[in-house]
Amino acid sequence: MEPITQLEGVAASLMINDVDTDQIIPGKDLMKVEKTGFEKGLFANWRFLPDGAPDPDFILNKPPFNDATFLVSGSNFGCGSSRASAVWALRDFGIRCVVASSFGSIFQSNCHVSGVLPVVLPEDQVQAIVADLAIAPRLQVDLESCTLVSARRTYTFYVPKLAREMLLSGKDPISVTLNRDALIRDFQDVDRQRRPWVYDIVEKAEQGA
Amino acid sequence: MGLTFFEKVWNDHVIEDVGDGNFLIHIDRNFMHELSGAVSLKAIDEAGFDVRNPELTFGVVEHAIDTHPGRKRTSSAPGGNDFLREFYERIRHRPIRFFDYDDRQQGIVHVIAPELGIALPGETFVCGDSHTCTVGGIGAFAWGIGSTDGEHVLATQTLVITKPKTMRVDFQGRLAAGVFAKDMILGLIGKYGAGGGVGYAIEYAGETIESLPMDGRLTLCNMAVEFGGRTGMVAPDQITFDYLNGRPFAPAGEDWLRAVAYWRLLRSDRDARYDKELELDCNRLAPQVTWGTSPSHVIGVDDVVPDAAESPEGVARASHARALEYVGLEPGTRLLGEKIQGVFIGSCTNSRLDDLREAASVLRGRKIADGLMALCVPGSTTVKRAAEQEGLDRVFKEAGFEWREAGCSLCASGAIGGEAFPPGSRTLSTTNRNFENRQGRGVRSHLASPATVAASAVAGRIADAREYY
Ligand code: SF4
Repeated sequence: MEPITQLEGVAASLMINDVDTDQIIPGKDLMKVEKTGFEKGLFANWRFLPDGAPDPDFILNKPPFNDATFLVSGSNFGCGSSRASAVWALRDFGIRCVVASSFGSIFQSNCHVSGVLPVVLPEDQVQAIVADLAIAPRLQVDLESCTLVSARRTYTFYVPKLAREMLLSGKDPISVTLNRDALIRDFQDVDRQRRPWVYDIVEKAEQGA
Repeated sequence: MGLTFFEKVWNDHVIEDVGDGNFLIHIDRNFMHELSGAVSLKAIDEAGFDVRNPELTFGVVEHAIDTHPGRKRTSSAPGGNDFLREFYERIRHRPIRFFDYDDRQQGIVHVIAPELGIALPGETFVCGDSHTCTVGGIGAFAWGIGSTDGEHVLATQTLVITKPKTMRVDFQGRLAAGVFAKDMILGLIGKYGAGGGVGYAIEYAGETIESLPMDGRLTLCNMAVEFGGRTGMVAPDQITFDYLNGRPFAPAGEDWLRAVAYWRLLRSDRDARYDKELELDCNRLAPQVTWGTSPSHVIGVDDVVPDAAESPEGVARASHARALEYVGLEPGTRLLGEKIQGVFIGSCTNSRLDDLREAASVLRGRKIADGLMALCVPGSTTVKRAAEQEGLDRVFKEAGFEWREAGCSLCASGAIGGEAFPPGSRTLSTTNRNFENRQGRGVRSHLASPATVAASAVAGRIADAREYY
């Protein structure tokens, strides 16, 4: 995935709470066995009218927000279904950073492994950013120093260490874990003695049946 | 200080503390369905990774698969067939237990994993589906993951996750006749909000839980994700052991005795401390029905739809107003008596045998309202068979319901562009999500228990299930 160190760009605000992943990418727009090319599906039910034409009133259809790098939203952003394509749709559209007072937990982990930075800030700070965007609709983020800069202020945020490293390096988490395979093997060897009923259940069921 | 149930399960799975609150943990069970599973298997194949522990990995078709009687390996959703084919081609040659559309044990992951004894107390259990937390009802630490994490589990049998905080929800009192587990969880979400559980592993406990049958516990845990929780769990007890004993993949013989001895030790210690404690009084709980587009938009069936002015000023109020507009309800009106065009009994929330019995006891000898679209879709082929042995299928059919093969059906298909309720219709479902367009374009979904849905189907309007019990 594409690493993130610094980002600068247009920020759109969508100040609704509980924006669920069914809205971020409706199910019918994710029905392909791929991991790219989801930009059309982003907020499809809100961005497009029933006849398929873009809804001129929706923020991401209005310049300069059709070119947004940041999205600012209400609490519990990305709640609902676990679909990773919700993050891919944001990323494919060009949104690399979402700012909200809280996130759905599966969505947040999906962001960390897909090159989208979720920034959690207290609700009053999110409101202050929205006010700042009225002055200039751009934001800057620096993941090294964990700071977000608006027209008027600098905000600091927190990202767990491992997630931060993954986003900064763009490294594939599987290879990182496979380096620990000896540890995993040791764990399973001990665990098989301690909890034998957890293992080989299909084989045992077939023998018993 | 003692440990909570969750902490004991957690501790037994930590492989390594990787710092900053993150841990590498072992995954005991990895379940795949045709949507997220197809993507994950394709990705690891292309990256050249193996499935590390196929014997701990399971696959099933449920989301996109057709549920019409006599179905084949096909889907009504555009693109659905691609997922089914891709998944089938990538799983069938592997030593992974795969429940295909015609398998006697096929069904929704969250229904079959406990009923077959694949999900066990004290296990870590993941699937690329947010309602994986359902399986917490059996006492597993179960949660939904994205397909990228799914690849990680396939290749390493582990995940790196942040340790959640612990919460205990104390349910006290007895449920009135006509009030069920679905009403408990909706009531909880209504009281504390859809974000009430964010960051927590939630343990449901208390007097009401102690006598709650397994099917109800699974319903309760199913909607932990709608409460924002990482997972919901019920500590294993005699109800759990009795439920699991003799299930097809449950431990037997010496393994069973050792397992039960281990499971008994998992209960929270008396002096265990939780990061947060909440409570709900079940004595006064009415049947719950959602009015809006978030599961937290919920009221008692005889209450009135709240005005946006009752929500805190700001974003919450704007979201409230938007929801009212979408569902087309005036604040101050009663849900009771609101006309409906469709009903659905099914989904991983409420499609187990107890749920079907609960609905059938209302429908027996009655007919549903004219012109109503009504579907009953058992959660698994095992449930379907058991229901048919009791004659429940006849009760549903004679009342005017369609009786289907097991799967997600209208809970998923409307959202993925397949079979759906008519556009804009008002519907009552036993599912877990009343999001915009979830069951078809413009469809206004209300959520309730199987009893409430059955009673309302008879009336053709939202009805009070208590009048039927
Ligand atoms: S029944 Fe509905 S909520 Fe449950 S797994 Fe299927 S689509 Fe998801």
